[in-house]
Amino acid sequence: MEFFRNPNIDFLGKKWYFLAFSLVFSVAGLFSMTFWHGIPYGVDFRGGTLVYVKFAQTPDDNAIRAALDRAGLHNARLQRYGQSASNEELIDVSEQETNEQALDRSKTQIIDALESNAPAGKVDLNNASFLTVKNYLLQKDPLRLGTDADQRYGAQAQAIVDYRDKTKSGVLTSMDGLKGAADPAVVASLTDGFFLSNFAVRNVEIVGPQVGSQLRRQALLATAYSLAGMLIYLAVRFEWIYGVAAVVTVFHDTLITVGAFSLMNKEISLTVIAAILTLIGYSNNDTIVVFDRIRENLKLMRREKLSDIVNRSINQTLSRTILTAGLTFLTVLALFLFGGEVLHGFSFALVIGILIGTYSSIAIAAPILVAYQDWRANRGGRRPVMVAVGNDRGQKIKAKA
Amino acid sequence: MNKNLGWKAIVIAVTLIVFLFGIVGLPDSWSGKGLLAALENRIHLGLDLKGGTHLILQVQVNDAVNVDSDNAAERLKADLRSHKINYAEITKPDPVKQPDRIVLKGVPPESRSDLLTIVQDRLPEYDLTSGAENTWTVSMKPQALAELKNRAVAQAIETIRNRIDQLGVSEPIIEEHGLGQYQILVQLPGVDDPARVKDIMQSTAMLEIRQSLGGPYSSEQQALQDRGGVLPPDAALMPGRSIGATQAEGGQVWYLISRASAVTGRDLRNAEPSRDENGQPSVQFNLTNEGGRRFAAFTGAHVGENLAVVLDNKVQEVAVIKEQIHDTGVINGRFTEQEAKDLSMILRSGALPAGIKYLEERTVGPSLGSDSIRAGVTAAVIGMLAVLIFMLVYYRAAGINADVALVLNLIILLGFLGFSGATLTLPGIAGVILTVGMGVDSNVLIFERIREELRNGKTPPSAVEQGFSHAWITIVDTHVTTIVSAIILFIFGTGPVRGFAVTLSFGLFANLFTAVFVSRVIFDWILSRKQVGEALSIG
Repeated sequence: MEFFRNPNIDFLGKKWYFLAFSLVFSVAGLFSMTFWHGIPYGVDFRGGTLVYVKFAQTPDDNAIRAALDRAGLHNARLQRYGQSASNEELIDVSEQETNEQALDRSKTQIIDALESNAPAGKVDLNNASFLTVKNYLLQKDPLRLGTDADQRYGAQAQAIVDYRDKTKSGVLTSMDGLKGAADPAVVASLTDGFFLSNFAVRNVEIVGPQVGSQLRRQALLATAYSLAGMLIYLAVRFEWIYGVAAVVTVFHDTLITVGAFSLMNKEISLTVIAAILTLIGYSNNDTIVVFDRIRENLKLMRREKLSDIVNRSINQTLSRTILTAGLTFLTVLALFLFGGEVLHGFSFALVIGILIGTYSSIAIAAPILVAYQDWRANRGGRRPVMVAVGNDRGQKIKAKA
Repeated sequence: MNKNLGWKAIVIAVTLIVFLFGIVGLPDSWSGKGLLAALENRIHLGLDLKGGTHLILQVQVNDAVNVDSDNAAERLKADLRSHKINYAEITKPDPVKQPDRIVLKGVPPESRSDLLTIVQDRLPEYDLTSGAENTWTVSMKPQALAELKNRAVAQAIETIRNRIDQLGVSEPIIEEHGLGQYQILVQLPGVDDPARVKDIMQSTAMLEIRQSLGGPYSSEQQALQDRGGVLPPDAALMPGRSIGATQAEGGQVWYLISRASAVTGRDLRNAEPSRDENGQPSVQFNLTNEGGRRFAAFTGAHVGENLAVVLDNKVQEVAVIKEQIHDTGVINGRFTEQEAKDLSMILRSGALPAGIKYLEERTVGPSLGSDSIRAGVTAAVIGMLAVLIFMLVYYRAAGINADVALVLNLIILLGFLGFSGATLTLPGIAGVILTVGMGVDSNVLIFERIREELRNGKTPPSAVEQGFSHAWITIVDTHVTTIVSAIILFIFGTGPVRGFAVTLSFGLFANLFTAVFVSRVIFDWILSRKQVGEALSIG
């Protein structure tokens, strides 16, 4: 099977369309970042308290909001999370809290507000940890165990917690279901000390303002170092203009990806930054494959114009570019569709980034080389201008423009 | 050539066996369940997959610097007095921003050389600089200051580890975090309600026994009135609880407490929960020999007077000294049983050299963790299958070659994880999936090149030869740039993100071996079995 047999597309001839396309998306992203949604920082970067809650039934936003209001959390943001069938809700208290204690308090307040129906003196089994259950059983001793009580009750507590977390995704609706998982006498004894709320806390994130700004700085630095690393490597392996072209291309990809997050108002978390750094590497791969081919062709076709050589190189590698992009896209799509809610932002960044990264290695990187060549030619006012390119043995090979 | 191929095949087989061992080790049984258990045993899951608490703590190193410079200031005062050098005052003008700076005012110019000698001999870690109008600044040498701060962090890590070990948390991670910001990373697998652990870690547990000179007073004003408006210079007012109130209840009162302490937490040999004469939970402690001597001297000299047990600058208890006490004592703080247990544990683990503040807390409940594993594995299997099937359809027989290389790539990657003890996180699983997508790139590069060479009329053996040698340069370039990205991620990232960087780099290294070496061996083997001139199946 073969998708492309000797393609011969004049990519450079379409550079104005490409430029227009890139400009539209970059400017739209920049516009959204400055005037519309801004850069939608996730809790990692802005600081705040996030509580992910899973409810037994469809959550009633008004009731939750009323409960939070009663607890004094007037600015909490509610957001449905994941598929609607999973009954998950994200409660976000991030109104510029100034210190860590306040954030910590918000978490307790949220949980207390949701647990408002708690009978006095009982603990919520849906939010009890393994140790709490085990210690309760040890104290209650429903099986009248002797020396091996610690181990046996440990196993019982584990079975109860596992049934809740693995079979029931964290929320039990009745204690009866436990009878299949643990000793009936143990289950019966639970009702004295535990009750069931209608929710379970799945995940809590508390990030202090200090960490937020520190992470913002680190994310920027990591991106900058990554770009600098590419620039240096390519400048050494090829020529500095190749490095510049690659970095401009990757910067373009990053800008459009971040812009897409801003346009869709999706939050940028730490893992999204990881995805963006991966994209920097990935987009560079594509660019390098084309550059490698240009370098090789410069040796073979010394009399041809650079723009022809570049066009030929893009066409020769087109099959590989599309195949690899398609296959990587397949895996990333699997991640986006099946990878779960936690990785949603991460895989979204990769989905956008792989599309843009593939496009840009054809439409941005190579034309920059040719544009630079033309600019040198115009400035120098004489032809032909030489482009020096090191080959893989480090010699300099000259090609006529 | 065939002999050479044989050796290469052996290398591949050995690699396969070694890394399979890395993944499952030697399982107890070879059933599906036994293998799964062995896998869980070898591959360490990150907190985001198994549930637990992740905390980042800031060590307030300035506390430790203040303690050191307070001591230095006291020593300086004493030495100036003993050398009969006059001075107007010794202050620390800015303990928050410049905790190591001591300012000395009004030293007569003729005492200059004496002062220099004193600072050099008695405060070797401090520098002396002169300012206007007989003012001198004593501040810590930069190197000593940095060492002191780092020591405070190291001590804090040690103390926190002692405390967490006693809580029975399995496989905790406690290490320095960040780039020189005096932060500590604490990971507690399986702890999904961190409130109690946090309190225990945060308690500085600075225990002191001092003399109580007066009180209780209901307010600071009342204390001042009682003393005629002036407090004695060697004493300070400290808050405490009124008699009979429990830890949770308020009821604050004030005591006048001496500044000097008879013994401190450093003099403790042991602390155990016990019960006092009324059957109330209390904490009993033993002192070291040296501490016991000092305690005996102190109690002997103050029989009939009051002593105060001060914990973290709060008065826990005031008691009458009935007789000389040697090396044991009891703290009655109207504790609950749990509080008494926790306090004795904290005292045993030692005091924190500086306060700590929580910067970040992330708790992943176990139900989310197991959902994430399920989702991640589903996505990985689907993505992997899609790629494997596509390669078969597109490249036919050569597709099998690529698929073998990909599967081997995955085995090496997982084996690496098993051997190195690196942690697999949810983004790490994504890294595995991405490795499949990016790893297949090497095969595509090579295969496309071989097809091209075949189209240009080369024979299959020389097309394979050319395809591999041309693609090799490109493959190295692309791998290096991606690994550079991954290394930078590893340096800057934490927890889950680091896990991603690790799997991505391991995967790409393994890919160099599988896509280039293994694939080549398979091609050579196929070619060696074909007649000269027979076509190569590459789609």
